[in-house]
Amino acid sequence: MLVIGELINGMYKAVGEAIAGRDKKVIQKIAKDEVSAGAGMLDVNTGPYEKNPKDAMKWLVEAIQEVTDVPLAFDSTKPYAIEAGLKLAKKKAMINSTNSEDEKLDILVPMAKKYHASLIGLTMGKSGVPRDKNQRLEHAVKIVTKCQEAGLDISDLYLDPIVLPLNVAQAQGAQVLESIREFKFLCDPSPKTVVGLSNVSQGTRERPLINRIFLVMAITNGLSAAIMDPLDRGLMDAAITAELALNKNIYCDSFLSAYRKK
Amino acid sequence: MEQMKEKWSGKVDEITIGALEKDGGTRTSSVTVGGETVLPYLFKEGGMPNAPVIAMEVIDTEPVDWPAALKEPFADVLKDPVKWAVKCERVYKAALVCVKLAGTHPDFGNKTADEAAKLVKDILEAVKVPLIILGSGNEEKDNVILAKVSEAAKGEKCLIGDATEKNYKTLTASCLADGHNIIAESPIDINIAKQTNILISEMGFPHERVVINPTIGALGYGMEYAYSIMERARSAALIGDKMLSMPFICFVGQEAWRAKEAKGSSEEHPEWGSGTSRGILWETQTAVCMLQAGADILIMRHPKAAEETQKYIGRLMQK
Repeated sequence: MLVIGELINGMYKAVGEAIAGRDKKVIQKIAKDEVSAGAGMLDVNTGPYEKNPKDAMKWLVEAIQEVTDVPLAFDSTKPYAIEAGLKLAKKKAMINSTNSEDEKLDILVPMAKKYHASLIGLTMGKSGVPRDKNQRLEHAVKIVTKCQEAGLDISDLYLDPIVLPLNVAQAQGAQVLESIREFKFLCDPSPKTVVGLSNVSQGTRERPLINRIFLVMAITNGLSAAIMDPLDRGLMDAAITAELALNKNIYCDSFLSAYRKK
Repeated sequence: MEQMKEKWSGKVDEITIGALEKDGGTRTSSVTVGGETVLPYLFKEGGMPNAPVIAMEVIDTEPVDWPAALKEPFADVLKDPVKWAVKCERVYKAALVCVKLAGTHPDFGNKTADEAAKLVKDILEAVKVPLIILGSGNEEKDNVILAKVSEAAKGEKCLIGDATEKNYKTLTASCLADGHNIIAESPIDINIAKQTNILISEMGFPHERVVINPTIGALGYGMEYAYSIMERARSAALIGDKMLSMPFICFVGQEAWRAKEAKGSSEEHPEWGSGTSRGILWETQTAVCMLQAGADILIMRHPKAAEETQKYIGRLMQK
């Protein structure tokens, strides 16, 4: 499973301040820490309050690429900020994200194709978050169809079933897990799947435990990628062990450190 | 019809044995193996930049248990390992020479570390191809012998073995200090192979200088089991498992000539045909299977078997 590190996000105080003060060292340290903890990709988000997300994105990408060559996921609601990142990316990047609305799809699907980037498709639209698996599948079908029409390689599409906090939307947990399994059957080759993991435990008291258990359950259902905190060692260990149990990696007594050497 | 092609993202490590003068050694040739991006010989799906190589085995004491058919080509040199090595290089054109220090074993000669180091130095002087150096298999003694031998061959970029899951520290430290490559051995067990590799790499030894000895069985003696282990390890390497992405070394000669079908004489088994060609065929067949499993280095004994296998490698590598 692809681990997408979530920590470079202007929403976090230290990161927000580093962006505002253009303090490269802070960002570079986080990037290096995430990569050495096992992240295969880094999410880059300028934060919701950034006045000039385009410049902030450019600055972040340059700072990060000075210290690591893992691919980046450009996370913004503003397509022009995402494109600023794509233009600078040295590796095959990811767009985070479109939803099923035409106005988003019409911009971001061609953008993914133009820059040979992967694309996260949130299975939601104007009506807000989906209520159940069937609504998720409806949005998914729309996104897949658009991508196929545009000639985007479907194995570059990551469908996100929208994970909701267990304390406010408890019934959604099972719906999300079933969606992960069923998205795979939409077409051949299958689309990939991704979750924004930390949302599942938002506002709860046992955040690390809930994250860990939910991630393992999602992996069991065939999850391809997760945007998560790679510095949570217990969480990473759980993911590595889940993949081992699914025979994705060959066992050895030191399988945790073997995985980290990949 | 459209051809179904597998896409692999990983790559087998590429490793060079033997240091030329410009690299601080005294070899006049070096050997590079590994680098595959595909299962063996499926050239339409990827590349094999280096052909597998054959090393011929030289033993530091006259082998008493070898059958006549195997002794015959070396009859004039069996008592002198330096001349034996020279014969492998000059007459049989071996790409590498593999020196087994069997006589250092406490029960089979108990030669000292100094004697072993002197022999290795003499062989390095006499032959110019790269060397593979093996202990006797007695762990305690090997730790003493191989440390000394490694030092004596410092800078020659030999391939030295074997490190095992329970006994790897001394040899790893020596190979690291003296610039050699190392053989990591496991008993036909992929989990232990991976574990041994990670233990070695956790000592700071670069995985690009490790060769896996998966241990094999000869034709009729578990050959297919060895094949399946190698195939599984190689598939893992090709999807990116760095702790299984090393080239393989296979001790074909040793295993093949252990089989009664190989070593039994014509007198003992008249119904089996000529003892000489039977042994050669047994060794060649085992080698062919190991090549198909992904072997990068074959350690062989009979020159005729080595010659036939070399021809086969030539045919396999024609794209």
